[in-house]
Amino acid sequence: MSKLSIRNVEKTFPGRNSTAPTRALVPTSLEVADNDFITILGPSGCGKSTLLRIVAGLETPTAGEVLLEGKAVSGPGPDRGMVFQSYTLFPWLTVRDNVCFGLRERGLPRAEQLAIADRFLAQVGLKGFENHHPAQLSGGMQQRTALARALANDPKMLLLDEPFGALDHQTRELMQELLLGIWEADRKTVMFVTHDIDEAIFMASRVVVMSARPGRIKCDIPIELPHPRSYKVKTTPEFAAYKERLTEEIRVETIKAVTMER
Amino acid sequence: MSPLFTPLKPVAPALRTVLGISCFVLFFLGWGIATYGGFVKPLFLASPGDTLTAGIALFREFGFAEDIAVTVWRVFAGFAMAAALAVPLGILMGAFKPVEAFFEAFVSFARYLPASAFIPLLILWAGVGELQKILVIFIGSVFQLVIMVTVIVSGIRSDLVEAAYTLGAKRDGVVLRVLLPAASPQIFEALRLVLGWAWTYVIVAELVGASRGIGHMIIDAQRFLDTGQMIFGIFIIGVIGLITDLLFRALNARLFPWAKGR
Ligand SMILES: Nc1ncnc2c1ncn2[C@@H]1O[C@H](COP(=O)(O)OP(=O)(O)O)[C@@H](O)[C@H]1O
Ligand SMILES: [Mg+2]
Repeated sequence: MSKLSIRNVEKTFPGRNSTAPTRALVPTSLEVADNDFITILGPSGCGKSTLLRIVAGLETPTAGEVLLEGKAVSGPGPDRGMVFQSYTLFPWLTVRDNVCFGLRERGLPRAEQLAIADRFLAQVGLKGFENHHPAQLSGGMQQRTALARALANDPKMLLLDEPFGALDHQTRELMQELLLGIWEADRKTVMFVTHDIDEAIFMASRVVVMSARPGRIKCDIPIELPHPRSYKVKTTPEFAAYKERLTEEIRVETIKAVTMER
Repeated sequence: MSPLFTPLKPVAPALRTVLGISCFVLFFLGWGIATYGGFVKPLFLASPGDTLTAGIALFREFGFAEDIAVTVWRVFAGFAMAAALAVPLGILMGAFKPVEAFFEAFVSFARYLPASAFIPLLILWAGVGELQKILVIFIGSVFQLVIMVTVIVSGIRSDLVEAAYTLGAKRDGVVLRVLLPAASPQIFEALRLVLGWAWTYVIVAELVGASRGIGHMIIDAQRFLDTGQMIFGIFIIGVIGLITDLLFRALNARLFPWAKGR
C-alpha cells in the first residue's frame, strides 16, 4: 500500500467578479511510496502549489480524494508537516518556541518539548540560536527553523513548497544538502515542489513533471543516483543526462505556459 | 537636494530630539511675541507668564490637582470599559466572519453617532454623576475600537494561520496563540490612538453638569474671563496626553520587542 494516494484529484478555482473560473488541476492521480522523496517539477502557475496544498488539507479538491496511509485527508493536520515558500515562523516566538509550537498544541510537557526542539535545532545547525527571534535570522536560518518545526511533530510525511525559492543560490544549495542529509538519515516520505531542475534531480528519488495549465502530471522519472549523494553528483554525466531530459520536458511546458498568457 | 530631505530617510536620534524641542520653542516664542509685544489683548490671550501664574494659583488655591485626578480617572474608567468590551469583540469579529457579518453594519452606524450628542440623553438616564461622564467616553471610544481591532485581526497573515493548522493547532489554538499574539502590537497601537480621542470626549462631558474636572475648571474660568486659567487647563490636557502617549509607546516597545521596526 502506498503512503499517499492522490486519486483523480481535480481543482477549479471559482472566478471572481465576472472573471472565468481557473482550472488549476485536471483529474490527477499519483501514488507515493513510503520513504520516497518525490519532487514535483513544473513551470510556475502549473498547479504545483495547488496539488501540495490539497495534500496538506489547506485546499479542498473540487473532485477526487487524497488518502494518507489509506485514510482520507479532510483537513490540515500535524501528520503532514509543511514548509512554505514564504517565511512563516511566528515572529513573537523565539526560535525554540517556534519549534515547540506543534508539541505544545499537542499538550506535551514542557521539558519534553524542549528536549525535542533542541534535538531538531541541532540537526538543522541552529544550536546557539534558540533564543533568537525570527527577525534576527537570515532567510536560510528561518527556513531551517521552519524545517525543524515541521520535523519536531514527527509527521508521517513532509510537504515542502519551494521552501528555498527566496534564498540566494549558494544558501539554496547548502539547504538542499541539509535536507537530503536529513532524509538519508531517517527516510521520512517527502513531497517537494520546485521549478528548479537541479534541485529536483539532486534530492529526489522520483521527479514528477507537471504540465502547464491546466495542471496535470506529464511524466514520472525515477532518479537512480546513489546515496548518500554529495553536491559532487551534480557534475556527473548521469546527473547531466537527467538534466537534459528534464530541461526538454520543462521547456515545452514553459513555452506553452507563456503563449497561453498572451 | 540636501541629503537630509531624502524621502523616508531616517533622521539621527539627537537631531530628532533637537527638532522636536525646537517646535515647542518656536510655539512659545510666537505666543510670547503675540502677547508681550502687545499684538493681542490680554483679555483674549494671556501671556505665557500670566498663564503660569494662573496655573500656580489654580494648584495653590483652587485644588486643581483634584480636578486633574478626577478627569484622569474618568478617562481611564471609560476607556478601560470600552477596551474590555471592544478588544474581545473585535478579535471575535476579525476571526469569525459570521460574527463580523452580524455586528459590522451596526457598529459602523454607531461609530458615527457623536458621543457629545448623547450627553443630554445620558444626563436623563444616568444623572450628572460620574457614570454619565464615563459613559460619554465609553460611547465615544468603544465603536471606533471595535472596528479598528476587527480590521487588525482580519489583516493577520493567513500563511501564519495555515502554518499553525499544519502544526496541529485547532480553532481555539489559532485564535489564542496565533491571531491574538500576532495582533497584539497593533491592537496596543489602536488603544493609544483611541485614548487620545477619549480625552476630547471627557472635556466635552465636563463642560456640562460637572462640579469637578479640568473641563469644569475651564468653564468656570470662562465666567471670569480668566484666559490664563483656560489656557493652563488646555495646556495640562496636552501634557497629560503627551505623557500617556510616551508611556504607551514605551510599554509597546517593552511588551512586543519582536515587532520592532515593522
Ligand atoms: N486561491 C486561488 N484562487 C484563484 N486562483 C488560484 C488560487 N490559487 C491558485 N490559483 C491559480 O491556479 C493556478 C495554479 O496555481 P499554483 O498551484 O499556485 O501554481 P504553481 O505553484 O505551480 O506556481 C494558477 O493559474 C493560479 O493563478
Ligand atoms: Mg507555487
